[in-house]
Amino acid sequence: MTAVQPDHGKRHVRPYGDTSGDGMIQTSFTLPVPAGPRAEGAALLLAAKMGIDPAMVVHSNAIGPDFTFFVVYGSVRHIVDLDEVEVVEREYPLLPPSEVNTAVKKSLRRKLVVVGACIGTDAHTVGIDAILNIKGFAGEKGLEYYRELRVVNLGAQVSVPDLVKRSRAEKADAVLVSQVVTQRDAHILNTQEMSAAFREAMGARRPLLIAGGPRFDPRMAGDLGVDRVFSRGTTPGEVASYLVHAITQRKEQPV
Amino acid sequence: MPLLDLDPEVVATARDLAAKAAAPVVEIARSHTTVSVERATLRLAGITGADSTHRAGDVPWVNRVVDTVADHCGLEHGVCGPVFHALAEHNLETLTELAEATAAGQVSYKIPTGRDAVRAARAARAAVAKGLRTVDRNRAQRDKLVAKLGDPPRRPWIYLIVATGDIDEDVVQAANAARAGADIIAVIRSTGQSLLDYVPEGATHHGFAGTYATQENFRIMRAAMDEVSREVGRYVRVTNYASGLCMPEIAVLGGLQRLDMMLNDSMYGILFRDINPIRTFVDQRFSRQVHARAGIIINTGEDNYLTTADAVDAAHTVTVSQLLNEHFAHEAGLPDDLLGLGHAFEINPKVPESFRLELAHALLARELFPAAPLKWMPPTKHMTGDVFNGYLLDGFFNLAGVLTGQSILLVGMMTEAVVTPFLSDRDLALANVRYVLDAAGGLVEDFRPAPDGFIAKRAHQVLGEAVDLLNRVVDDGLLNAIADGTFGLMKRPPDQGKGADGVIAKADTYANPAVDLLDEGATR
Repeated sequence: MTAVQPDHGKRHVRPYGDTSGDGMIQTSFTLPVPAGPRAEGAALLLAAKMGIDPAMVVHSNAIGPDFTFFVVYGSVRHIVDLDEVEVVEREYPLLPPSEVNTAVKKSLRRKLVVVGACIGTDAHTVGIDAILNIKGFAGEKGLEYYRELRVVNLGAQVSVPDLVKRSRAEKADAVLVSQVVTQRDAHILNTQEMSAAFREAMGARRPLLIAGGPRFDPRMAGDLGVDRVFSRGTTPGEVASYLVHAITQRKEQPV
Repeated sequence: MPLLDLDPEVVATARDLAAKAAAPVVEIARSHTTVSVERATLRLAGITGADSTHRAGDVPWVNRVVDTVADHCGLEHGVCGPVFHALAEHNLETLTELAEATAAGQVSYKIPTGRDAVRAARAARAAVAKGLRTVDRNRAQRDKLVAKLGDPPRRPWIYLIVATGDIDEDVVQAANAARAGADIIAVIRSTGQSLLDYVPEGATHHGFAGTYATQENFRIMRAAMDEVSREVGRYVRVTNYASGLCMPEIAVLGGLQRLDMMLNDSMYGILFRDINPIRTFVDQRFSRQVHARAGIIINTGEDNYLTTADAVDAAHTVTVSQLLNEHFAHEAGLPDDLLGLGHAFEINPKVPESFRLELAHALLARELFPAAPLKWMPPTKHMTGDVFNGYLLDGFFNLAGVLTGQSILLVGMMTEAVVTPFLSDRDLALANVRYVLDAAGGLVEDFRPAPDGFIAKRAHQVLGEAVDLLNRVVDDGLLNAIADGTFGLMKRPPDQGKGADGVIAKADTYANPAVDLLDEGATR
C-alpha cells in the first residue's frame, strides 16, 4: 500500500484533493446569466455560499446568449463528522438481474410468478408498466427481463375478484398492484379492499402483496394489509431484489 | 468504396430470406385493419379535437366515432362508409358536428348499400384526399425550405433529444441545441404514451420523463424550429415517435404538421411494450405508407435489442432486424433514402478489442445498406453514472460514427442513466461531437481495415450468423419466432398482448380511401 494514510480511523474528515485535509473539490454548474465578468462574479459568490473558499473559476463558457457554464475548483470549509452519518439500511440487498435469477432458481427450483395489475377504475398503467415491461425505468430493465420471473401483467382497471381469481390460476408468488389516482383516497381504499379479498380467499397461503404508486408512503404497509409499499422513483431492480428477499424469508419461516 | 468484401451472394441470400420471412406477415397486414388505422383515416378526413365533457377526461373525437361505429355495425367494412353515410343522412356540415352528435347518442351507424354506399365512398375519398394533399403540401414545403436554407453542411447529421415534459421548455432547449449545432431535434415522449389507445390533445406541460406527442405539440415545435432554421441558416429537422398503439395516427399527425423523421420499428412495440404482434404489423404497414407519402425518414429501433441482450452475442439479431425492417419498409413504399435503420454502440467497454468489434458491426451495417441514412445510437447500457468515463466513451462512439460513415448520429449524453441532461450536459455532448468531426471528419478516407483482419472477419461472421438465424425464422415463421423469444429475449404469442381487441379482419367489402389513395399515389 501507499504511504499516504487517508483519514482512516478518523472521526472528522474533509475532501481529499492531493494533500490530507486540503478540502479540495471540483464542481460544475450553469447560471442563467450572459457570459462575462458579472457571470464569473456570480459564480464565485455561489461557490462561496456553497462553502467553497477560496474558489477558482477554472473555466467558463457561454451557452447561447443567456447562459454561462462554469467549472470551479476550491477548498470547502465544511467538515464531516463520521459519527453523525446515518445509513438508511434497506432490509434487503440490491441484486443485479443475474443474481436475482440465481437466487430464485436456488430457493424455488422453478420460476417465480408475478401478477401485476392496476385495480379499480385506475387506468394509469405507467407505474406497473415501468416495473414490469422489459423496457423498464431509469435505465433498469423491467421484471419481464428476468429469466427466472414469470410476469403476468393484467393491465388496467382489473377488478379485485378478477385479480384474486387470476392470481390463484397463475399460482402467483407475488401480486403487484399499482395505484396512481388518489381522488377521495381511492388508492388506499382499493388497496385495502384488495388485501382483504386475498386474506379472505387464501388466508396465510396468499401471495406476497405489494402496492406501488407515487402517493403511497412506504410506512403504510400495515394499514393497507400488504407486505410492502413502494413509492415514487422505485426501480424494477429494487422490486426484484425485494421479491427474492421476501420469498426466501417466507420459505425459511412458513407462516 | 466497399471495405469488407462482403460476398454479394450471401447478401442477396440474406435479403431473399428476409423477404420470405416477412411475406406471411405482409399478407396478414393487408387483410386486417385496426381501430388506430380507422382513426388515422378519420384524422386525414379532417376530424380534430376531443370530447372534453366525457367523464374519463378528454376523449378524442376520432375515438368516440370509431368506438361507436364498432358497436353499431363493426369495423370490418371500414369506418368511412358508415361515417360518411351518417354525415349525409343527418345533413351535417362537418365531421366534428357528426362526432358531437355521436357523443350525444343521436347517430345510429349502419353499412350503406347501393347508391348510398357509392355516395358515401365518394365523399370519404374527397375528404381523405384533402388531408393527404396537406401532407403533400408539407412535403413540398420541406423541400423548398431545404433548398433555400440548406441541409446540414456535413454527415453525420447531429440528432439531439429534448425531454422536459413541457412543450414550452422543450422549445427553449431545442432552440439552444440547434444554435449549438444540432441538426435534428427529437422530442421524447412521456413514459407510457405508447400504451395509450388514443392520442392526447392540445399543448401539454406535464409529461413523465418526456412530452406527450400531440398534434398541437408537433405544430409548436415545428414552428419554433422553422424560426431557428432561418436564424442558423440550415433546415433543422424535427422528430417524434410513431410507435405504440397509435402508430398510424401519429404518422398522420406528423405528416399534417411537417415532422421530418419518425421513430417507427416493425417489431419494437411487440417485443418491448408487449403490444399484440398482429396489431403492430398492421399499424406499422399503414404508418409506413403515410411516412412514404410525407417524405418522412423513419428510424428503426435495433439499438433496443442490445440493451437487453449482449451486444456481441446478439450482434446478428440487429442485422436480421435491419433486413426485416428494410423489407417491410420497401413493401410499404419507403425508398432507401427514407430508411434510417438503427444500430448502436453498446458493447461492454471491458471486453477486449471492444472498439474494433464496434467498428466491425457499424461497417457491416454501412455496407449492407449503402443508400440508407443509418442512425447510429450512443452507449446507454454501460453508462454507469461515472460521467467522466461516459464522456470518454461517447467520444469513442463519435469516432466510430465518423470512421464508418454513419448518416445520423444520436448525441450521447454523459448523464445517461443519471438524470435528464442539463443544458450544460447537452452543450458538452455537442462539443464532443464537434471536436471529433473537426479533428477526424475525413479519417474515413484513410480507414482501410486489413482484408483478412479482425474487423473484416468479425463482420463476415456476424453476417453469416444473421443468415443462419433468418433461415430458422423462415422455417419457423416470423410470428412463431417472435412467440419463441428469438428477438430481444421476449416471448410474444400472436394472440396476446395489448391492443389485440383492436384488430379486425377485413371483410371483402372493406373500403378505406386512405389505403386506396396511398396505394395509387393519387391526390383526388
